[in-house]
Amino acid sequence: MPDRSADPETGARVSLLERRPGGGGNADLTGLRSSRGAGRGDAVFGWIALGAGITVLAVLGLIALSTTKEALPAFQQQGPSFVWSNDWNPNQGKFGALAFIYGTVLVSFIAILLSVPVSLGIALFTNEVAPRRLRRAITYVVDLLAAIPSVVYGLWGLLVLAPAIKPVYESIAGTVGSWPVLSAVLGGKPDGKSFMTAGIILAIMITPIITSLSREVIATVPAQQREAAMALGATRWEMIRASVIPWSRSGIVGAVMLGLGRAMGETIAAALVIGSSAQITLQVFDPGDAMPAYIANQFGEASGTFRSALIGLGVVLFAITIAVNLTARSVVTRFDLRTKGV
Amino acid sequence: MTLPLTPETSDAEVRSILEASIARSRSVKDRIATVWMWGSFLVLLVPLGAVIFYVVQMGASQFSFDFLTTDLPVVTRSAAGGIGPVVYGTLLITGAATLMAVPLGVLGAIYLHEYGGNRRLAVVIRFLSDVMTGVPSIVMGLFIYTIWVLVFGLSAFAGALGLACLMLPVIIRSTEEMLRLVPDDLRQASYALGNRRWRTILTVVLPAAFGGIMSGIILAVARAAGETAPLLFTIGVVTAPNPNLFSGSNTALSTQIFANAQSPYENAQNRAWGAAFTLILLVFVLTVIARVVAGRYARKRGG
Repeated sequence: MPDRSADPETGARVSLLERRPGGGGNADLTGLRSSRGAGRGDAVFGWIALGAGITVLAVLGLIALSTTKEALPAFQQQGPSFVWSNDWNPNQGKFGALAFIYGTVLVSFIAILLSVPVSLGIALFTNEVAPRRLRRAITYVVDLLAAIPSVVYGLWGLLVLAPAIKPVYESIAGTVGSWPVLSAVLGGKPDGKSFMTAGIILAIMITPIITSLSREVIATVPAQQREAAMALGATRWEMIRASVIPWSRSGIVGAVMLGLGRAMGETIAAALVIGSSAQITLQVFDPGDAMPAYIANQFGEASGTFRSALIGLGVVLFAITIAVNLTARSVVTRFDLRTKGV
Repeated sequence: MTLPLTPETSDAEVRSILEASIARSRSVKDRIATVWMWGSFLVLLVPLGAVIFYVVQMGASQFSFDFLTTDLPVVTRSAAGGIGPVVYGTLLITGAATLMAVPLGVLGAIYLHEYGGNRRLAVVIRFLSDVMTGVPSIVMGLFIYTIWVLVFGLSAFAGALGLACLMLPVIIRSTEEMLRLVPDDLRQASYALGNRRWRTILTVVLPAAFGGIMSGIILAVARAAGETAPLLFTIGVVTAPNPNLFSGSNTALSTQIFANAQSPYENAQNRAWGAAFTLILLVFVLTVIARVVAGRYARKRGG
């Protein structure tokens, strides 16, 4: 902001230069000067708006600062092995959170694995295959899925899905129990509340996000590219592979990573169906635990260093999801710039 | 090869002629891809249908005026009582969060689009509000716990702070998108009439984008109303309504569902289903309102 009080006449000129095209200020030059207070109103309003914008920076900074500060006692007691030791025993002051980190990663991985094929299928379906009238209906359905609160998915997962899916797990485990590789993943002691059930619920929850983002990305594919492929005699699938996928690949990667970030941080649904038994195993039908779920289930009764360690889990979770989100957002931003640059 | 094409050949015939000229493996791949895309859509309908079916089937029977207004039973396994304080708490907390997040969010968006443009600070704020939408809700809960609850204790306001933090980036981004749609001509016309920038924004730009901004806000409110994690350690538990925003524990639909879902007693579980039905109804009504507002706004712009 130029210093208006020093010289009102030149101040008006400087502020005109500083404004973006389309900005006001002409009144000052034509001699039809508005009263002095009006200019101050502009400055005040600008500062208020700036202040509101800066709140975002302030909140993000405060989250990092104040949670880290409260987690410090646990971090100091445990040291860096907080993130790689598997020895978690609050009563003995042991806070090795590896099993929770592992659970978070495994469950998100299952969710992505289940969700991506379906999400991409729907995104392509909406843009390439669906009859025009169906397209709006699909958008509506996806929006509805996104609108259902996570605690409702959790309630349904706990009281309906978990009991219903246990026999399925058991029969799969029974079938592959003696096969060499699969028995290490799909064997074990199947339980309705397990890594897999949490993965399924999370997959349902992140599908709307991945679908709507990749649908938007796919919609930016230029018509000429599609038509060129069609004109060369490509089938629809060949057109998709030759024109649509290469164009939108980085945007879709960004969408999937945003889904991943969401899956990692999703708390309530996972807390209800993951089984709350921290362990590092490849057996996806076994009960497990994840960082957000464990915090939600334990925080109410925690105190002292244990509470501090739970906040520490939150700090680790924050760091991981921020890293995933930063990467995802820069991928998406780069995609945006590229499409707009064409 | 001559194709038997005349102006009278129908589309279907053209297609069958073309398909006959495509190698079998290629058309099989195309079929498989089509089945996959249709299948994905149908797969999507299964969970949506199942969740809504169960919530309606288990919850609608609980739903009544009494259920919505009676106090919670002191013993959770009791069948008596309703979810009155819970509905009250959700409205109070979400309302307070909206009052905090909306002015900040809209002003922030005004800064980004009307003042910031491509300045470095604006670019950073824009990017970080995108990142902030990805902060896990449980981390938001822990954050509010550390800065507010440790100092002032549990209250509805603490929960509202958490929800407001979740809503803020969503409102900023959706509002900025809407401001972007306002044509520059309108701003220039207002400047030409001698209006200052702040008057232009308040009396020309905001009214022009009102419908879109409202619809974005309502969607953010709908999402916040169903959030559980930021409320778990910030509002506490009560069985009677607590109208005091700033002191004393409170309760909300989402936390009530979370607690009762884990109860072994059928009455508590039924109350969870009833609360879930109420919550979904609230969220859907808000979503539909947002769509109607946005639709009307789009028509007005189109006309």
